[in-house]
Amino acid sequence: MAKILAVDDSASMRGMVAYTLRGAGHEVTEAENGQLALDAAAAGGFDLVLADVNMPVMDGISMVRELRTRPAYKGVPILMLTTESHTDKKMEGKAAGATGWLVKPFDPDQLLATVKRVLG
Amino acid sequence: MSNAGLAQFQQVFIEESLEGLDTMESSLLALDEGGDGELVHTIFRAAHSIKGGAATFGFPEMASFTHEAESLLDEVRGGKRAIDKPIIEVLLRSVDCLRAMFDRARAGAPLNDATSDGVRGELAAMMGREAPAPAGPARRAGDQAGAWMIQFRPHVGMLAGGNDPLRLIRELAGLGELAVEADLSRLPELGKLDPSECHLGWTIELKAPVKREDIAAVFDWVEDECDLVIEPRPSAVVAPAAAPAPAPANIAEAAAARGTREASAESSSVRVAIDKIDSMINLVGELVITQAMLDTFREDFDPSRLPLLQQGLTQLARHARELQESVMGIRMLPIASVFNRFPRLVRDLAPKLGKQVKLELHGEQTELDKTVLEKIGDPMVHLVRNAIDHGLETPDKRRAAGKGETGTLKLDAFHRGGNIVVQVSDDGAGLNRDAIVRKAVERGLIKSGDGLSDEAVADLIFQPGFSTAAVTTDLSGRGVGMDVVRRNVEDLGGTVTIRSKAGQGSTFTITLPLTLAIIDGLTAAVGEERYIVPLVSIIESVQLKPEALKTVAGGGELFRFRGEYLPVLRLHELFGCHGATRAIEDGLVIVVEGDGSRVGLFVDGLVGQQQAVVKSLEANYRRVQGVSGATILADGSVALIADIAGLVRLHGRRKAA
Repeated sequence: MAKILAVDDSASMRGMVAYTLRGAGHEVTEAENGQLALDAAAAGGFDLVLADVNMPVMDGISMVRELRTRPAYKGVPILMLTTESHTDKKMEGKAAGATGWLVKPFDPDQLLATVKRVLG
Repeated sequence: MSNAGLAQFQQVFIEESLEGLDTMESSLLALDEGGDGELVHTIFRAAHSIKGGAATFGFPEMASFTHEAESLLDEVRGGKRAIDKPIIEVLLRSVDCLRAMFDRARAGAPLNDATSDGVRGELAAMMGREAPAPAGPARRAGDQAGAWMIQFRPHVGMLAGGNDPLRLIRELAGLGELAVEADLSRLPELGKLDPSECHLGWTIELKAPVKREDIAAVFDWVEDECDLVIEPRPSAVVAPAAAPAPAPANIAEAAAARGTREASAESSSVRVAIDKIDSMINLVGELVITQAMLDTFREDFDPSRLPLLQQGLTQLARHARELQESVMGIRMLPIASVFNRFPRLVRDLAPKLGKQVKLELHGEQTELDKTVLEKIGDPMVHLVRNAIDHGLETPDKRRAAGKGETGTLKLDAFHRGGNIVVQVSDDGAGLNRDAIVRKAVERGLIKSGDGLSDEAVADLIFQPGFSTAAVTTDLSGRGVGMDVVRRNVEDLGGTVTIRSKAGQGSTFTITLPLTLAIIDGLTAAVGEERYIVPLVSIIESVQLKPEALKTVAGGGELFRFRGEYLPVLRLHELFGCHGATRAIEDGLVIVVEGDGSRVGLFVDGLVGQQQAVVKSLEANYRRVQGVSGATILADGSVALIADIAGLVRLHGRRKAA
């Protein structure tokens, strides 16, 4: 089972994501914003990062950009959790180095299916 | 939500959304006063979170409402529209609407109502639309074929972005039978090969009766990271379907269909900071260690180890105390949640009353017991309304008095001793002594103002039915007077006092206990019984000589205290205690203040000061007049906690009877 970093400033959304993934047997670390996520990520060893786009302190796109500069995170899947159905936000995330996205709202089944899709 | 485990997050979502709405409101108000553009981002972020969460947690009505507000904000954020008063107005009303919707969600009521529909229409109109346009991109009906040829050439950097071509090919294999041919033409020499780069390409034949979009969906994340060609294999084109397949139900419908929301009974909950919990877990750990140490004395009680036992007991006492403080701390929340409603109130109210008011908030992080916090709002609203209505002068009058046209209203909260102090002060005209005295005489509260201290005169406004406003406004003149403010505060075990200086303003000071669950009190002996008298109500204890006691008609006893005559309440008579001291010189009179009046409680003597954990008498027995609860003393016996305001009222009735 995978080690997953879940980043979202909304406690309910983060809680729902973590709860669902833990239920599927994954080990989940939670972070409230991009900066805290970078701190948590320093310890390394994550197989997947799920990150919200709009967050205070540091947004998801800056976080991805920073994470991708770290050798340990080259090639690690990073998915943006985004409500923007406009392609510009998705593409902005992609340009920063995100692997893909999951559009909110999603339910637990959609989340698990996407995670499975990335982790194989 | 169908899953009970997930329902907890719906509750969390409601709470955090209400916080988000508070943030939106305060930021909008700050914008209104010329705040910077960063505020727009803060507001947008809050709206955005609510929208995203609302759809996820099964509130499509709020999601679509917030979507309208967000679109408007997005135009402001993108510089397409300048923020102005009408926009701030409609956004403030949107905040109100959403708050109401969340309240209805808690009660399980339908979320939309006429108001929310109206405001939503306003939002849409502002963006030049008639009605909210249903969201959702039109889907292009995809062509369909029995077999597909796919040219897939990943760009060199694809692996670094976390997308693995192999994964994509496996995913395609999930659609049907694959024939894959790798293109090695771009592969560099082994010596120059960087394994983290991608140099391969593939030509894939997929035999499956799927639509183009099904295949495109596999590659949706990598459209920008590869060259992709998807085309039907010429021989395999099938006749297009007669009609496009029905579009899948949109998300909102799906969410609505997820079942009726669980009628969420409004459960009172507290969000606790992790560090508070950690500190408690730490303390429990210490407690367990101490307990283990003390446990060794069960087997091995050797007098030589007595110092160790004493040390252990000291530790136990310390840990228990710290743990108690820590647990009480859970109920403590910053007063900011109460203070934050005032910027809006002042903004709405001041222009109606023709006043210019600058509101200052201090000590918003001061923590109060949750119950106190919930109940302190109303008295504070009243004090603030009063300050704007009666305290602060109109710009003309202020100018005439040599003051700035804008009055200052200050809310402050801080710790003092074991209490929390909340102050509402204004730099207005101050109390009008003559007007108060005149009114009080008119109402028969006093005979004349002669000999009354300014303090005593100011205290008159707390008397029931007192009002000095020359013009009764629709705001303050609603029959709720300062007496109710005092009653409310005293119900919380607190006091309210006023300090005023003519021409310089007034300060109302509310003093509250830190918590309602534990009170500081003096233990008084009455015969065999023990009573706890809350420290906050005690003014002084005095020993009286028999000649200091005056008996009045009807059997009441009075004594002179600081220039006024106070009645003596003999607790042994009131509660029917046996074996109590009767001679006034042998006992003690505790002067207490409650409900705005002072009385002397006659008891045998004082035993000591202690913190009493309040146990509800109503829950365990029944309500008893003059008693607010009970506590258990160190020796295991029960002591009743005196309800001073109740005793004063009880005395008043006895006197009247």
